[in-house]
Amino acid sequence: MNSLSYTEEELMACVMARLLRGLRHVAVGALSPLPASAALLAQALEPGLQVTILGSRKHLRFTDGGRELFDCAAQGRIDAFFLSGAQIDGQANINLVGVGDYAKPDRRFPGSFGSAYLYHLVPKVILFRQEHTARIFVPQVDFISAAGVSPPNVYRPGGPQHLVTGRAEFAFSEGQFRLVSTHPGTDAEAVRAATGFEFESAASVPGTPAPAPDELEALRGAVRAAVSEIYPAFVARAFAAPTP
Amino acid sequence: MSQLVPDLTTLLAPLSDGMSLAIPPDYSGVALAATQALLKRGVRDLHLIAVPQAGLQADLLIGAGCVKLLEAAGINLGEHGLAPRFTAAMQAGELRMRDATCPAIHAGLQAAEKGIPFIPLRGILGSDLLRVRPDWRVIDNPYGENDPIVLIPAIRPDVALFHARMADRDGNVWVGIRRELLLMAHAAQHTLVTVEEIYEGSLLDDPALAAGTIPALYVTRVCEVPGGMRPLGFEDEPSDAALLARYANVARSVEGFDGFLREWLA
Repeated sequence: MNSLSYTEEELMACVMARLLRGLRHVAVGALSPLPASAALLAQALEPGLQVTILGSRKHLRFTDGGRELFDCAAQGRIDAFFLSGAQIDGQANINLVGVGDYAKPDRRFPGSFGSAYLYHLVPKVILFRQEHTARIFVPQVDFISAAGVSPPNVYRPGGPQHLVTGRAEFAFSEGQFRLVSTHPGTDAEAVRAATGFEFESAASVPGTPAPAPDELEALRGAVRAAVSEIYPAFVARAFAAPTP
Repeated sequence: MSQLVPDLTTLLAPLSDGMSLAIPPDYSGVALAATQALLKRGVRDLHLIAVPQAGLQADLLIGAGCVKLLEAAGINLGEHGLAPRFTAAMQAGELRMRDATCPAIHAGLQAAEKGIPFIPLRGILGSDLLRVRPDWRVIDNPYGENDPIVLIPAIRPDVALFHARMADRDGNVWVGIRRELLLMAHAAQHTLVTVEEIYEGSLLDDPALAAGTIPALYVTRVCEVPGGMRPLGFEDEPSDAALLARYANVARSVEGFDGFLREWLA
């Protein structure tokens, strides 16, 4: 905890949830506690939103096996998805494979999972990474699991639109990131120093709006309870206890 | 002839060294008791196909030196983090890997299911996966114009191996909504299944059960092995978190892995 009345994870969940307003269906991959929290928070505040969470029994309304998420996305039935990366570069390329030479990497990660596909097909992909350092945000990724931008002849209804980190929120359009806001305790200059790629920013960058009372109440109440069914350790670490 | 066999040795007899073996993800039905038997037997040179990702099962087979080629969209231990023997083998440059993306593995199996040589799939363009997967081709959509699209070759595993809720004495296997297991059985030459229990009667008689059933036509052998997925979870039974956490820790070294394996196989 910091001196604020909310945690970094709670702020990130609120920022990510705000990006889901007005959507019909958001899907969350396996092992993504922060996106799961954001999706369920958005749903708590806007109950019309359908939430699909891989790895959950309660929030998974699929009956056609592992392929259904991907077929569903290809048909345009999923409006938003979250992706992360061991490295993310200024072109929004993400690397989930490894650092160093592909054949004998210095560090090998689990693999690309569904990223190479969903990045192209889900209209609003929200990138997230709590650690905001030049180790993660690099000039150029060592391996492109999924490409941020494509030539005009590539069929691509989807792609990256936002990046939420532990320090800031960015928007991505026309092949470039733009700093939208910085979280409490940091500023544009510090964010630039911690980021290995160039990005646009206005002369004056606003602070990220703090969680509103209704957001925090939902997050620490219904969302906390729902997420702890899937990610108990994360919830205990990331969320403050509900106020009695 | 009934597919029901009395023991794991008989169940696994159709799987020979050097074959391709399709396994399900940890959230589906992983046949770990059968994997234990394979490790005891000392199976070698497997082409392991994760459908589309895998965890403990793959890491054990890799660590024990049973895998010559791995095809997967991701290998990790879920919330317990990196799969240590996979990670070490890759960083040492010792494991041949076909990196994939989840839908490409599903699609490759679907092509095999239909008996066609390949299947087109959206996305992927611009990914380095195309660079490391020369078997994935890019063509111009013949029904469109200037519309590149990726082709994925059919994936026809020699063997699919998984754990399911139940089978009847005719060899029909009920998987419920875990339909990636149905896809695996359709695509594979041989399907070997361990089940929690035997269902008395035919799973095909009740339409509600039949909808979630793999017909015996696709099933080579079945063995009743209650708890055959442990220490992974199954349906509402959680995985053994303490054991998985210990594995994730000790298996980071070869000695730790060997010790774990000796104990687990004892």
